[in-house]
Amino acid sequence: MQKQAIFQSKLLPYALVAPQLAIVLIFFYWPALQAVIQSFLLQDAFGLSSTFVWFENYIELFKDPAYFEAVVRTFVFSFAIAVSSLSFALLLAVMADKPLRGSMLYRTLLIWPYAVAPPVVGVLWIFMLHPSLGVLSRYLRGLGVDWNPLLDGNQAAGLIILAAAWKQISYNFLFFLAGLQAIPRSVFEAAAIDGARPMRRFWTVTFPLLSPTIFFLLVVNIVYAFFDTFGIIDTMTRGGPGTSTVTLVYKVYSDGLLGGNLGSSAAQSVILMVMVIVLTGIQFRFVERKVTY
Amino acid sequence: MANVTLRNVRKTYTGGFEAIKGVNVDVADGQFCVLVGPSGCGKSTLLRMVAGLETVTGGEIDIGGRVVNQIEPADRDIAMVFQNYALYPHMSVFNNMAYGLRNRGMAEAEVKTRVEEAARVLELAPMLERKPRQLSGGQRQRVAMGRAIVRQPKVFLFDEPLSNLDAKLRIAMRVEIRKLQRRLNTTSIYVTHDQLEAMTLADVLVVMNGGQVEQIGNPLAIYEKPATTFVASFIGAPPMNLMSTRADEIKSQLGGGATEAGILGIRPEDFVITDQTPAGGVALPLTVEAIERVGAETFVYGTRAQDEQRVAATPGELPPGEVIVRIPGTEAPAIGARIRVAAVRAKLHLFSGDGRTRIEA
Repeated sequence: MQKQAIFQSKLLPYALVAPQLAIVLIFFYWPALQAVIQSFLLQDAFGLSSTFVWFENYIELFKDPAYFEAVVRTFVFSFAIAVSSLSFALLLAVMADKPLRGSMLYRTLLIWPYAVAPPVVGVLWIFMLHPSLGVLSRYLRGLGVDWNPLLDGNQAAGLIILAAAWKQISYNFLFFLAGLQAIPRSVFEAAAIDGARPMRRFWTVTFPLLSPTIFFLLVVNIVYAFFDTFGIIDTMTRGGPGTSTVTLVYKVYSDGLLGGNLGSSAAQSVILMVMVIVLTGIQFRFVERKVTY
Repeated sequence: MANVTLRNVRKTYTGGFEAIKGVNVDVADGQFCVLVGPSGCGKSTLLRMVAGLETVTGGEIDIGGRVVNQIEPADRDIAMVFQNYALYPHMSVFNNMAYGLRNRGMAEAEVKTRVEEAARVLELAPMLERKPRQLSGGQRQRVAMGRAIVRQPKVFLFDEPLSNLDAKLRIAMRVEIRKLQRRLNTTSIYVTHDQLEAMTLADVLVVMNGGQVEQIGNPLAIYEKPATTFVASFIGAPPMNLMSTRADEIKSQLGGGATEAGILGIRPEDFVITDQTPAGGVALPLTVEAIERVGAETFVYGTRAQDEQRVAATPGELPPGEVIVRIPGTEAPAIGARIRVAAVRAKLHLFSGDGRTRIEA
């Protein structure tokens, strides 16, 4: 069997892939290249001239304790978002997988939040937990909690993690449900006959059989927490109070667009770019192997 | 060791569908009971109810003198072999077999002894460290068997365990299962849709249809005296020829009390090609439509000269007017030839008009 298509004209195949290539080149490679170039330049305060400074932007960045704080914060946020979102989604998926009356309705409702845009998620949670406007804030204060995420950095961080994790639950839920349904029912039945109680059954059969899904989602969630939380942070805290919710991607924005330090901002985005490449590389290697048990 | 008794067992699904309509079966200690029937007859559901994987909505299931209706599968002291084997794909063969023992808190030394003994019996010893995906279908099947026998349960349950194997392996495994069961002498319930498997394995054969038991008994007794036309056409291959007794040619030959019967059944092997009519027997003129030679025997497919008034009522039944004759060897009449076949009185099976009752005449 010949799989290769045969074209009459030599130009036609190139013409056919040209639009896609154009999009990739203009919207991905061009800006990326710009960022790399920019990261080697230092601009004056008025943006009138720029000097080529080699790696000075990077060196400055690595010397800056604020940058390291942002790195640590980003990792803490990512870990917290990924773990809480994954575990809660897994719990929901295991429950929704049971043959319940109206399970289709539950499943549909659980998938909906994925359709909500990140900034809207931020606004929704602010409505509930804003110190003076929030519905839930009243109850929290009623319970004696000194709730004020606008002043308390840890509370603000918690709020971001909560909103970001909530949004990602739907996505994770969908994959977990599909993963659970791919496991033959009879394996669970065999385990039940083999005397494994529900909790033991989960940890010795369900969890190991879901491990490929869990690993896939872990990478996806970390990438999400790294980049897609920008909208949530911007609408909820704008990085504040102080810098307590400034993550790497938010720092790119605040240093570059708000602080006007384009060189440093570009250097930061190049570093982020490298991180994505590494994460994607891990994911690809995993996808190639597919089965881990 | 235990006997299994089903007393008026029923299963009604929410929505009103009645899958099991009151089944009574008694399997004595150490017996091999086979549930056989066409797909959808409820045999698998019944087995899963014994296992505790389906709830019982009526009647009682008794294992070893204890009603188990409300008891968890794990506490029924049963082991089950599934159609797709249901091995744990992430565990080695050893761990697959050890899982049930470890769950019950057995000491690791005892677990090792039992698993190794089972592996020796099932010739799995060289592959204890392999994962299920590295095994062939037959080996997986044996691991599933091993997982059942290490537990030394009171009852083995088999849910069509051979249907995923190829024909040759199926026969080999069938013999192995029977030998193993004889040796362990463990009460077993086995579900299959294959009547040959059912005939060869069973001490007690339960023929099911539409959620009900059609007949229970020794396989040969069922073969020789099927209680209904369903059993008559389901057990035995090719199926028994069934024809209406109202057709004049048959009515006149039968005579006596036999005329009360509505349906006449004759097994393909009970016909002989002859011009004579045995006393009290039945002879039929046939036109040969097709010939099947399988080596040791030949199947002759013929149509009867006269129109059949009966319509085929049960799955597996021959179309009206068609008759199969089984003759030894490869000598056969030519296609299109007109032949005359006859069966002696002792080989005739008579049933009531609705096919539900056997008539002895």
